[in-house]
Amino acid sequence: MADRNQLFLGISGLLFLVNLYLIFFYAPTEQVMGNIQRLFYLHLPTVWVGFLAFFIVFVSSIAYLLKRDPVWDRRAYAAGEAGVVFLTVAIVTGAVWAKPVWGVWWIWDPKLTTTFILWVIYIGYMMVRAYAPSGERGARWAAVVGIVGFVDVPIVYYASELWRSLHPELVTGPFAETGGLEAAMRTTLYFSLFAFTLVFVYLFRERFAQQRDDDTLAELRRAAG
Amino acid sequence: MHDQPQTQSPPPGLAIQATGLTKSFGLTPALREVGFELPWGNTLALFGHNGAGKSTLLRTLATLVRPERGTLRIAGFDRATHPAQIRAAVGFVGHQPLLYDELTSTENLRFYAKLYHLPNPASRVREALAMAGAEGYAGQHVRTLSNGMQKRVAIARALLHRPAVLLLDEPETGLDAAGVIMLDAAVRAVRDGGASVVMTTHSTQRGLVLADQVLVLARGRVVLSSSSEEVTADGVQALLAGAA
Amino acid sequence: MSAYLSAALAVYLKDVRLEARSKETVGAVLIFALLVAFIFNFAFDATPDIVAIVGPGIVWVAYVFTGILGLNRTFVLERDRGTLDGLMLAPVGREAIYLGKLLSAISVMLVVEFLMVPVFLVLYDISLLDLRFALAALLATIGFAAVGTLFSAIAAHTRAREVLLPLLFLPVVLPVIMAAVAITALVLEGDGWSAATSWLQLVVAFDIVFLVVSSWAFEFVLEE
Repeated sequence: MADRNQLFLGISGLLFLVNLYLIFFYAPTEQVMGNIQRLFYLHLPTVWVGFLAFFIVFVSSIAYLLKRDPVWDRRAYAAGEAGVVFLTVAIVTGAVWAKPVWGVWWIWDPKLTTTFILWVIYIGYMMVRAYAPSGERGARWAAVVGIVGFVDVPIVYYASELWRSLHPELVTGPFAETGGLEAAMRTTLYFSLFAFTLVFVYLFRERFAQQRDDDTLAELRRAAG
Repeated sequence: MHDQPQTQSPPPGLAIQATGLTKSFGLTPALREVGFELPWGNTLALFGHNGAGKSTLLRTLATLVRPERGTLRIAGFDRATHPAQIRAAVGFVGHQPLLYDELTSTENLRFYAKLYHLPNPASRVREALAMAGAEGYAGQHVRTLSNGMQKRVAIARALLHRPAVLLLDEPETGLDAAGVIMLDAAVRAVRDGGASVVMTTHSTQRGLVLADQVLVLARGRVVLSSSSEEVTADGVQALLAGAA
Repeated sequence: MSAYLSAALAVYLKDVRLEARSKETVGAVLIFALLVAFIFNFAFDATPDIVAIVGPGIVWVAYVFTGILGLNRTFVLERDRGTLDGLMLAPVGREAIYLGKLLSAISVMLVVEFLMVPVFLVLYDISLLDLRFALAALLATIGFAAVGTLFSAIAAHTRAREVLLPLLFLPVVLPVIMAAVAITALVLEGDGWSAATSWLQLVVAFDIVFLVVSSWAFEFVLEE
């Protein structure tokens, strides 16, 4: 298991280097925004991975509550932790990109609002585990938060859309304009998505293995004590 | 006089059938592979030091705690599939009286009567209070009652729905001599009705006198499980001393 | 009446009786609401034009934060005084306890919302005496309580309950807050009903979804 993950680390690391090359050298410079646009190739994949991770949290949480098998809790924990990391990077890169392009660090459009809310829900998800009186209750409560949070996300998005239709202030930036990208840019974007997903998988597997080892150790302690 | 328990009379099978009950709170193991059988009409005395797992076991029997492993059947119901039915069949007296300070004794019991969906709640409440010798302060707010009086009302609460299995965690705590006499009478009445009792007590003498079966726990494990005739108070004490 | 309803109503009426006697929760929450409403006066220059814009926001910030206070108390008292076990011993599924506590939370919040109406009228000349507002407030309160009852059961068992409840609760009920503010704004402007329809649909959908999810998830939270 450890060897396989080292392999993963190797592959994803290599692909990430290739990705960086693509982002900074292969992709053409965007006409309007200039080089700052390259952050986009880092930003969008981290958002995507963040949402993917939360989907894994959602599925694992349901499985854990129904089956009570700790494996599912470990998966949820690993995905949750990685998700927080990726979404933090997403929000930061988004802000760094936004300031020179839009003139503000942040706007409350539906996509950003939903991403931010998801990030806060993730934080709550991890906090519940930290503050629970025992690991098992923390796992259960976190699972509940994970399920409620995931169900909430589309509703938050829809509400933000509705809100924006009432308060149309800002022009939406070229966030989702993947269709309007040149071929080279699109290639870079998809490759970046792939590379980031692999990094996520590596982090996920590492954390999962760590959790499993922690649990084994605790089990041994309990049996001895 | 105490009526027949809620379940069919005489109920088939055993009152309690537990095997391999295991529970840890974080890293602390509280119960380890605890198992025993309790026939109808029997009383089980549960002995052990503080922290040996007595309260955890009683709470597990009351379905307040969910075991990580093991099986539990009470009054024929499986804990995994019918916990609510088990709760209907057991009466529990723990360390806390489970009473609301700002309500009177009667109001507290009326609440529990509704919670248990009992028919004729008013008469049931009177009956339970009478059995616990607590009619005298039925109209008093629980806040104003002494520990002993609250304990009596708590016992009344546990008897309210005429449970088939009575779980008592150190019930003598807070009771004066008259209270202990009341408790013994109530336990005897419950048993005469065909119900079973599991009780913990620090007094080995009392436990052996009242009980048909004995279970001794040490660090979550069963170290002795037998009928009360086969052991002596000294024997149990020695076992506890050795397990310390 | 089924055992489930009997138990839920028992829990609810018990809470009502306790509250009627002590008046602790409503009292504390109401004072807090008054303070919040009052402080807003100093947060900005409360001219009629500005109030027309931020009025709905003030109302719902006050309602949401006092709601959090009230929600926290639903389980904290039971747990700290040890009576939660009594509820857990009830021979019914945990959804019954959820329903009872849900009704308690809704009641506390509705009482405070109602009592604050004259306050907003006096302090900011905001008139909330409108049937549409009442409907929106009721639906929003149900949504808050549906999620809040579940999360307060979690928070009550932790050391950081004052922090954890708002952290879990606020992001999830954000759509309801948006809807409540939007509908209140429409009501205050005197707009037609039609503009509020999509928001109302949103809140109703939210309420249904989270009533179902929360009552299902509730047993997993209470179990020890």
